Amino acid sequence: MPDSQKIIEIEVLRYNPESDKEPHLEVYKVPFSDDMSVLQGAQYIKDHFDGSLTFRWSCRMAICGSCGMMINGIPKLSCETFLRDYYPNRIRIEAMANFPIEKDLVVDLSGFIEKLESIQPYIIPREPRSLDQGEYIQSPEQFNAYIQFTSCINCTLCYAACPQFGLNPDFIGPAAIALLHRYNMDSRDGAAAERMELVAAEEGVFNCSAVGYCSEVCPKHVDPANAVNINKTNAAKDYFLRFLSPKGGSK
Amino acid sequence: MKSGLKRSNAPIFWSLFGAGGMFSALFGPVLVFITGIAVPLSLMLPSGTMSYPKMLAFAQNFIGKGFILAVISLFLWFAAHRIFHSLHEIGIHAGLGAKLICYGSAFVATVVSAVVLLRLGF
Ligand code: SF4
Ligand code: FES
Repeated sequence: MPDSQKIIEIEVLRYNPESDKEPHLEVYKVPFSDDMSVLQGAQYIKDHFDGSLTFRWSCRMAICGSCGMMINGIPKLSCETFLRDYYPNRIRIEAMANFPIEKDLVVDLSGFIEKLESIQPYIIPREPRSLDQGEYIQSPEQFNAYIQFTSCINCTLCYAACPQFGLNPDFIGPAAIALLHRYNMDSRDGAAAERMELVAAEEGVFNCSAVGYCSEVCPKHVDPANAVNINKTNAAKDYFLRFLSPKGGSK
Repeated sequence: MKSGLKRSNAPIFWSLFGAGGMFSALFGPVLVFITGIAVPLSLMLPSGTMSYPKMLAFAQNFIGKGFILAVISLFLWFAAHRIFHSLHEIGIHAGLGAKLICYGSAFVATVVSAVVLLRLGF
């Protein structure tokens, strides 16, 4: 280790469900270089100080969405956040807000997975189509209508950012609604009316009070707040017009 | 899809909130200027702009009535919804009570102003 080695203090929220009553903070002094991410800082702690430190990661390049944590209170992907940007101050890393902690920095995402399933995240064709009818043709315009909402990597940072999800964990939440919108906007899909039941339900879009922080923290510029907002309008239309059209959403 | 979903009644309140938000953004500032600054200080506007006979005539006109009702009622629905949700956000878990106070006052004010406006005649 050269003399000029820089050392940053990393404060980590630790929680071991087998021995701890509640989470507590522990500080580690981590030598780092300018190219080290916060994730690498955590890995250093695991390799050199405490092998039991638990956190999720995989790709190290902001694509798998598994390394989200609160970094100085802000939901971020730890693999694309750099220690040098915090030095010489201490940096605090904690499990993502609004989720139950499983161990250390790992949260329980089962509620989110259920929500993802509930929105029917796949194309449900308007009408049956046979192979000899050939492929679907989509214009650039039709493609642009939904492409932005396909970029979600399910990192759930938007949930950690959403005060309404924090208050009501039943709220379907930003990413699931963005994905729902992605399928509704796809010209090949015909299930918007079916999905409306969820959009318009008490768990649906009207939990949102237009805070917009979800879109701010989203590392993929999905803009989930926009998807939620558009679907508020859709749900309001459905609410008032459902008696006029034969095929409304929910009853 | 989950079963047992209940449709939210929020669109009623949300639509009134949205309409009120738009209306207050369009007319709120200029109304504050006219009624709170220009008229009391006699700036820019001819004197007597808001004299009683003029205001009465305005309130007796069909469109005038509509405008006054919209200003009072939609502004209040907008405010009620904002306050209700802000309470929730700062941790006051607005149950039925807060809902009744917020939306109830907007509702009562709407009914009262509609009745008063109608009784002013045409
Ligand atoms: S919408 Fe953005 S912040 Fe939310 S899960 Fe998807 S990528 Fe992450
Ligand atoms: S490790 Fe995959 S997004 Fe950070």
